[in-house]
Amino acid sequence: MRLPYFPGCTLHSKAKGFDASARAGAQALDIVMEELPEWTCCGATFPMAADSAMGLVAPTRILASAKAAGKLLTLCSFCYNTLKRTNRVIATDAERRRKVTTFIEEDYQGNVQTVHLLEVLRDDIGFEAVAGRVVKPLHGLKVAPYYGCLLLRPADEMGFDDPERPTILENFLKSLGCTVVDYPHKTECCGSFVAVSSPEVAQGCSARILEAAVKHGAEMLVVSCPLCQYNLDRAQRQVQAGGGPATRVPVLYFSQLLALALGCDEACLHLEGHAVDPRPRLSKWLGQTSQATALV
Amino acid sequence: MEEEQGPMAAEPTMVRFYLMGKPHQVPTGLTIQKAMEYAGYRLLRGCGCRGGFCGACGTVYRIGGDYRLKVGLACQTVVEDQMYLAQIPFFPAVKATYKVEDLPPTAETLISLYPEILRCVGCNTCRKVCPQEIEVMRYVAAAQRGDIARVADLSFDCLMCGLCASRCPAEIVQYHVAILARRLYSRHIAKPAAHLAQCVAAIDRGECADLDAMAAADPAKLKGLYNVRDIEPEDLEAAGQE
Repeated sequence: MRLPYFPGCTLHSKAKGFDASARAGAQALDIVMEELPEWTCCGATFPMAADSAMGLVAPTRILASAKAAGKLLTLCSFCYNTLKRTNRVIATDAERRRKVTTFIEEDYQGNVQTVHLLEVLRDDIGFEAVAGRVVKPLHGLKVAPYYGCLLLRPADEMGFDDPERPTILENFLKSLGCTVVDYPHKTECCGSFVAVSSPEVAQGCSARILEAAVKHGAEMLVVSCPLCQYNLDRAQRQVQAGGGPATRVPVLYFSQLLALALGCDEACLHLEGHAVDPRPRLSKWLGQTSQATALV
Repeated sequence: MEEEQGPMAAEPTMVRFYLMGKPHQVPTGLTIQKAMEYAGYRLLRGCGCRGGFCGACGTVYRIGGDYRLKVGLACQTVVEDQMYLAQIPFFPAVKATYKVEDLPPTAETLISLYPEILRCVGCNTCRKVCPQEIEVMRYVAAAQRGDIARVADLSFDCLMCGLCASRCPAEIVQYHVAILARRLYSRHIAKPAAHLAQCVAAIDRGECADLDAMAAADPAKLKGLYNVRDIEPEDLEAAGQE
């Protein structure tokens, strides 16, 4: 299967491990992620003002560049949310469609379905088939799935999973052999970009999530959003400074566990650079090189 | 442009253009710059190199009846009938000062010196007004994600005329971001050319046969040599191996 792929800015800069591990994991499942030859920032937030078309311009151009395939794969929750909701406007609101498409000079009717890699695994590959391709089952690894906001909400527009009781990450983790940790707060906000203006507020949001997950036995969290990863992981760096959560739990992208379980080259995992190092807990499944690095 | 044939062929056909709203009649075939001089203007500033390289004579115009804005360099663009001109010899721009050797070639460097690049909404107006047809929006996108080499590559033909900045709704000064990226690229990313050091060493040893031959050559031969020169011999070899 070949799918046009929109990485988004963060996956080309701060979240290279998300990008590289997803590409490798997908490839192991015979999915070729074909990066769009040219792309810009999607805008990162869906514009809420109904009388402004400015914020729709960039995501519409990105969507239009995938119109031949009719599908556009993405990974970051922000990009996924922005692209999917923009497409809904273009497909259903004739006036705004006309305004935006005449401005960008593209004939685009809103035919591109934005898909998340988790959806491709669930709907096109099937989690049973994923389980069948696992070469390093992550038996005994207790993982708490964390959804955050943007994958699930607004539920009628995203249609990703049940907004209150989602199961897609749980089923994904089970397919890799993990033990899934159920806990409250998995769909609560991590603090998002409040981390810029009021870091202590965001840290409080992240701390509640982390503490609930650890209390229920989590050894690791998985996310699908670079900002969730940043907030949850970084919050734990503040422990020494005081005020942070009293947890030391690694926060990984779901794709990092996927690529690990599928036996992909460990270089794609980028396990270095996490505030809480996941390598000690994953040592059973890692090769000598990664472990040696972890010890240093 | 084809010459008009017929009994009036000897008479130059005239076109009417407008400068700051005032109509002028000039013969066809002149560049905008020459048309201005024909109309009586004396160009002291904002006329630059007259060869299409310096970017000092950026011009915005419309053709009567067409809503689209067009652009060109006044020294290169031929004047047309019903052309309404606005010269943009200078446009105010913020310019960061820095020591390029002290800066790491990263997204953070670009964003800290030019934070406004994150305001890009992707409207592509910059691309539409670039007289060099540079993919300006694309390189701003590459700048946001720290792909310095791509910014340097995409912006290579920039003349810094300023028309992109004049139209940017996010108030970005694209060409200053681009020249910073090119400086970072040449200083920190591009590998030094080994053949340059070899050539300098050879000249120091007095091995100047090539230079002597060039000094003796006539202009036509020199032009020929220039046109077939190796720009970066090592890069060409590397490209050939790929």
